[in-house]
Amino acid sequence: MEAVIQVEDVSKQYRLGVVNSKTFKEDVQRKFYKIVRGTDPYLEQGSENDRSTKSTTNFSWSLKDINFEINQGDIVGIVGNNGAGKSTLLKILSRVTTPTSGTVRIKGRVASLLEVGTGFHPELTGKENIFLNGAIMGMSKYEIESKLDEIIEFAGVERYIDTPVKRYSSGMYVRLAFAVAAHLEPEILIVDEVLAVGDIEFQKKCLGKMKDVSSHGRTVIFVSHNIAAIRSFCDKGIYLKNGKIEAQGSMDEVLKIYLESNADMTLSGEYKKENLEGKSVELVAAKVCKERGELLNIFEISENIHIFLEINNLNQLPGVYGYIQVVNSEEDVFIESDSKDFGDNIVEKFEIGLNSVELTISKYVLPIGNYKLYVSFASMYSNHNTWSIDCPGYVLEFSVIDSQTIRGANRRANTSHILYWKKNVR
Amino acid sequence: MSKKNDSDWDIIITSKPNLFKLELNEIWKYRDLIFIFVKRDIISIYKQTILGPIWFLFGPLFTVFTYTFIFGEIAKISTDGLPGPLFYVSGTLLWNYFQGCFNGTSTVFSANAAVFGKVYFPRLVVPISLIISNLLKLGLQFLTYLFFYIYYRSTGKYNFIELNSTIAYIPLLILLLAGLGLGLGLIVSSLTSKYRDLTMIVGVFMTLVMYASPIMYPISSIPEIYKPYLSINPISPIIEAFRYAFTSTGIFEINGLIYSCIFTFVALIIGVFVFNKTEKTFMDTI
Repeated sequence: MEAVIQVEDVSKQYRLGVVNSKTFKEDVQRKFYKIVRGTDPYLEQGSENDRSTKSTTNFSWSLKDINFEINQGDIVGIVGNNGAGKSTLLKILSRVTTPTSGTVRIKGRVASLLEVGTGFHPELTGKENIFLNGAIMGMSKYEIESKLDEIIEFAGVERYIDTPVKRYSSGMYVRLAFAVAAHLEPEILIVDEVLAVGDIEFQKKCLGKMKDVSSHGRTVIFVSHNIAAIRSFCDKGIYLKNGKIEAQGSMDEVLKIYLESNADMTLSGEYKKENLEGKSVELVAAKVCKERGELLNIFEISENIHIFLEINNLNQLPGVYGYIQVVNSEEDVFIESDSKDFGDNIVEKFEIGLNSVELTISKYVLPIGNYKLYVSFASMYSNHNTWSIDCPGYVLEFSVIDSQTIRGANRRANTSHILYWKKNVR
Repeated sequence: MSKKNDSDWDIIITSKPNLFKLELNEIWKYRDLIFIFVKRDIISIYKQTILGPIWFLFGPLFTVFTYTFIFGEIAKISTDGLPGPLFYVSGTLLWNYFQGCFNGTSTVFSANAAVFGKVYFPRLVVPISLIISNLLKLGLQFLTYLFFYIYYRSTGKYNFIELNSTIAYIPLLILLLAGLGLGLGLIVSSLTSKYRDLTMIVGVFMTLVMYASPIMYPISSIPEIYKPYLSINPISPIIEAFRYAFTSTGIFEINGLIYSCIFTFVALIIGVFVFNKTEKTFMDTI
């Protein structure tokens, strides 16, 4: 396989804060040192790019010493938290900005989709905008003409094609914009989080189209926070953290490292209430654990999910019961459960003081995805204002992954139930 | 890492750009984009109007009537014997063309930040398309000049008005105005992308240059002692030469035109140089 992108020691420094007379002074100093000593003092400064900590200098390395190679036909996913340098890297690769140091070498025609509908003019009609946007993306007039019908059909806006796009609904606008983008035929396609728009049906259509593109031996670089999309789509991965490459290799391995290092940061598998409010029944703590009590909120579909709730009981309230929900990131409810489901309500029989409850979600139930746990305590004998007794809401999050089966993240089923194929011997 | 020569690669992105490279072949590859930008600039202005492009004639006509009334009727400033409208329309059209090129180019970064920040194409494509779309506007507005020209000729009172051989210079004059607008615009656009102080004075300065150009008065009416100062303005010889070519009145000064050529050339060289320097990193500073 031939390398089509080679990134060598690429770094990018940004200045923080506003541009004013102080930065002008620094600029003058910079020029002066460059001329007199031949070095730039500010390039030696600059701290690692950690968004949440305050910087001691005014300079920050958005990317630092990035090295990698991408071969022809690779579909590379870039993952990382917000501010890790993903977009900066894409901007450098798509020549929107230059690196502070280092070299990027590219072979072939590049099209970058950092945004859909770049340059759309509201006064122009759909058709005029197809030509405008296509040309901005690097297509020739002839190329656009030959694909015009296909683009209009893909977007599904035929009726409005001679209407100015300012009259379009936002969905139609995006459809048209993506339709142009989808019909680019570059050797290298760079895609930033653009699939976050449009309805589900259209998103699927777009992913399908991108797969098409890649199956023709083209190279795709894809940045997304949508783990499922990235897992199903990419075969190689790069994990950026604070401007440096934390991991690279096969997508599954990179994702595993990424998800695990993020487990405690973005998704919290634990909940603790510091100041109790003195409610009759009050949730004090909650956590999700693995079989052996290991505190990690990423589960394989083959693992049971154990949920522990710590509840403080001040007085025995008749009719009180617990309620939980497990919902995914789209707020679809996967599990809904009451402590009184079978009549035998343990919450009503709590002792005064701390009580512990264990709930187990069986393996092979939840499909892969991210989930939130909702908890509340209510009373059956609802007295208009005391119906809800303690309602902490969403208290913790966890995710379910599948790195073991062949289909893995491509399984579209609504449960993760796995069937065993057995030969029937009669 | 595989060792390959730089010549094996199509695109090499480094921190040190080649400042004098014009990338003309790159721009040629994007010629379709230039024409689409031109079309967009023209079309988007008169969308949702009934008269359409005819509105391009309205602005200069209105200016010319105002000038005729104020400078001709009230102030009674000389027009070298030409009828007022014919005199003023030539200066106004040329000035508008220069100003259109300059204003468009000098705000090219801030006006196109959204597009430049998302996709690569040779940035010079935008100023070039601006020059062409302004040229089309000029061509259209030239109809008003032609109208006045034919009208006053047909009255028979102005028989001294006639074309002469210097008409061959017209393409050069237009090219000079475009080059001046582009070169000066590029310089200003680059100087204001990071520190915007200069934008505060550009507007005032342009008004000053306008009054220092023979738009509302002919050079022949300037008192001798001020002439050296006003001849610094590279636009003056261009406007005078244009008038002379069509009407054989005014001053056609070949030395002045040579000065304008040199001025334009230097402005273009400096403009391209600072533009190339700014273009690579302006997304980080704008």
